[in-house]
Amino acid sequence: MNVTGVEEEVHSHTEHALWRAGNGACAGCGMSLGLQWVDQALDGEKPTMVVPACCAVVTPGSYPTTAFGVPAVATTFASSPSVATGVSRVRQMNGEDIPTICWAGDGGTYDIGLATISGAAERNEDIIYICYDNEIYGNTGGQRSSATLPGARTSTTPAGKHEPKKDIMAVLVAHRIPYAATLSLAHRDDFLRKIRVARRLRGFRFMVMLSPCPAGWKSDPAEGIDLVRAAVGCGLFPLYEVFDGRRYRINARPDGTALEDYLSRQGRFRTPSFDHAATRAAIAEQWAYLDAMEAAFPAGPREGSDVPAAPPPPPIAPEANGPVTGP
Amino acid sequence: MAATDTPILAVTGNEAVAEAMRQIDPDVVAAYPITPQTEVVQIYAQFVADGKVTTEFITVESEHSAMSAVVGSAAAGARTMTATSSQGFALMWEMLYIAASYRLPIVMTTVNRALSGPINIHCDHSDTMGGRDTGWIQLYGEDHQEAYDDTIMGIRIAEHLDVRTPVMSMLDGYVISGAIGPLQMLPDEAVKEFIGPFKAINPLLDSEHPVTVGPFDGLHGWYFEHKATQQRAMDRSFAVIEQVSEEFAELTGRKYELLSPYRMDDAEMALVVIGSTCGTTRTVVDQLRKKGVKAGMVKVHVFRPFPVQAFIDLLGSCSVVGVMDRADSFGAQGGPLFLEVRSALYDLPKRPQIVPIIYGLGGRDIFPDNIHEAFAVLQKAAAGETLPVERTYLNLRKDRV
Repeated sequence: MNVTGVEEEVHSHTEHALWRAGNGACAGCGMSLGLQWVDQALDGEKPTMVVPACCAVVTPGSYPTTAFGVPAVATTFASSPSVATGVSRVRQMNGEDIPTICWAGDGGTYDIGLATISGAAERNEDIIYICYDNEIYGNTGGQRSSATLPGARTSTTPAGKHEPKKDIMAVLVAHRIPYAATLSLAHRDDFLRKIRVARRLRGFRFMVMLSPCPAGWKSDPAEGIDLVRAAVGCGLFPLYEVFDGRRYRINARPDGTALEDYLSRQGRFRTPSFDHAATRAAIAEQWAYLDAMEAAFPAGPREGSDVPAAPPPPPIAPEANGPVTGP
Repeated sequence: MAATDTPILAVTGNEAVAEAMRQIDPDVVAAYPITPQTEVVQIYAQFVADGKVTTEFITVESEHSAMSAVVGSAAAGARTMTATSSQGFALMWEMLYIAASYRLPIVMTTVNRALSGPINIHCDHSDTMGGRDTGWIQLYGEDHQEAYDDTIMGIRIAEHLDVRTPVMSMLDGYVISGAIGPLQMLPDEAVKEFIGPFKAINPLLDSEHPVTVGPFDGLHGWYFEHKATQQRAMDRSFAVIEQVSEEFAELTGRKYELLSPYRMDDAEMALVVIGSTCGTTRTVVDQLRKKGVKAGMVKVHVFRPFPVQAFIDLLGSCSVVGVMDRADSFGAQGGPLFLEVRSALYDLPKRPQIVPIIYGLGGRDIFPDNIHEAFAVLQKAAAGETLPVERTYLNLRKDRV
């Protein structure tokens, strides 16, 4: 595992400081690393962050300190896409081409915030929405979410969860949004490229990142990246992207990594009821679906950082009220 | 055209509000239609489509998102408005606190309607009375003109740098919102000049001076101090409301008080009333006065901040006061207005007797006879009869409860 290069980049990058040192994230927190990579991908651009109730609203520190080095607004669990709608519309009124980013956990995304995400996606608001998915309500002590894998032990499913994980990508793709993608902290180039692709597009862009949570996963904080690599390698967390809700591209295929290599290193899967055969079947089914979609609706050659930049949006309200500025 | 020289129009209350919003021409309106506010949203959408306003109009998928979107746009630094009613107001609930505590000067019209259940779409004040502790300033209008005037004055009050607190202005559902009444509008330019330009404070769009709006403010933080500053802003808002009312009176000749007395100079008994029922009550007061009964009425225009001193000044010399609540606080000693009025008068060396009266829930009609019944209770109390401890209900089918 080559982490050296990553560390160098992180350190060289603190000048951008979307997410600054001194925050209170746990050791091995995937969310914290994800924020730093988003910062790197934006290459110094200062987005406005909209953060609902989740670890990212608690770990920046308590007033008057904040780890966010860019404008940020904290909001309630279910409201981030709507608050971002308000911010983004004012940006557009001013003719400003600066991203508005929602940064939310799986609780705020898969569950309590789903209606507001659907609303913003249907309106195709000019928002980048990134879900850091640790497959539990991590901030409140690791309860089940609809992102929790079947069989996983959480504090509200002590004997293991019964229901399958919600296919949030399919839900968002069904909105025919310009871009939807999965993000892996073990595939840095792919991660940065996808953030840059999203940055160049317009409208509602959705990404979901598998986010190691040592406290909730009952795993070694040092193993987070390896675990994500294993999740991708065994096919449990497919890396793919969908353009306009119609054109699919798979970014990484299962590499033969054993499912047990992922499961055995996490205490959350040590339940008597965990059904390995059913999990393998679900993985196979998911891949059959993705393969069929990619074959039927291919996105074509990889669109990397060479995706042409969309022109900045024209101001959607004339100057009648004048631009909105600071005091 | 002079500000007081415009024609008198016949409009619905919703039209009056929509026209005021058109003249304000806020940067952003995000709203979700709900009965009986619907007309405000539809008319405003037409203004946008017709190019009569430059507003960015966001048709969100719920009231929770309406309040969330206006929180976002106001925090971004834009003049922002919305409107709602009833369940929509209730669905906004958690975001109402966010708007107030982030000190975002949003102005929201709320067309008062009963809260379910059972489902009921008609007027009472349960929705906004339930929201009295959200940290918003509350202005209650009596008629079409006041709905219009409050909307315009609300902008100045909310945005004043001594206040910076959201304002909700109310009108009674259907009775005012859907019924035709008279309205004298200001010329467009006069409204523009009266409200002035918007001044953003620490806007989210200022990437060079980044702030985190509403960060975690935990156990060892400043949450308590932030709450106390919200109360300070409420304290300061009295002077701002009076100053804005004064300027508005100079412009229009219409002077609004925190509380509006009617025949209170020598009144021995009085009803305290909010909203459209004030008109009916005035008629009854006149009838009683003809009979020699020293009756009066106090209309509540501003409920938050609660004008304690004005209540003391107006009601302190009465022998008995009836407080008319169009909302109830189940399990409490009476409706929310009653609780606060009685508390306001408690410290007086000689205080009036105070009667809790509930009326008009779910749009139940309130006739002059019902107001007479209320005064009859006050007259009995004034004559020395023992006061009812329980609520007096007006026009309730008493044999069925």
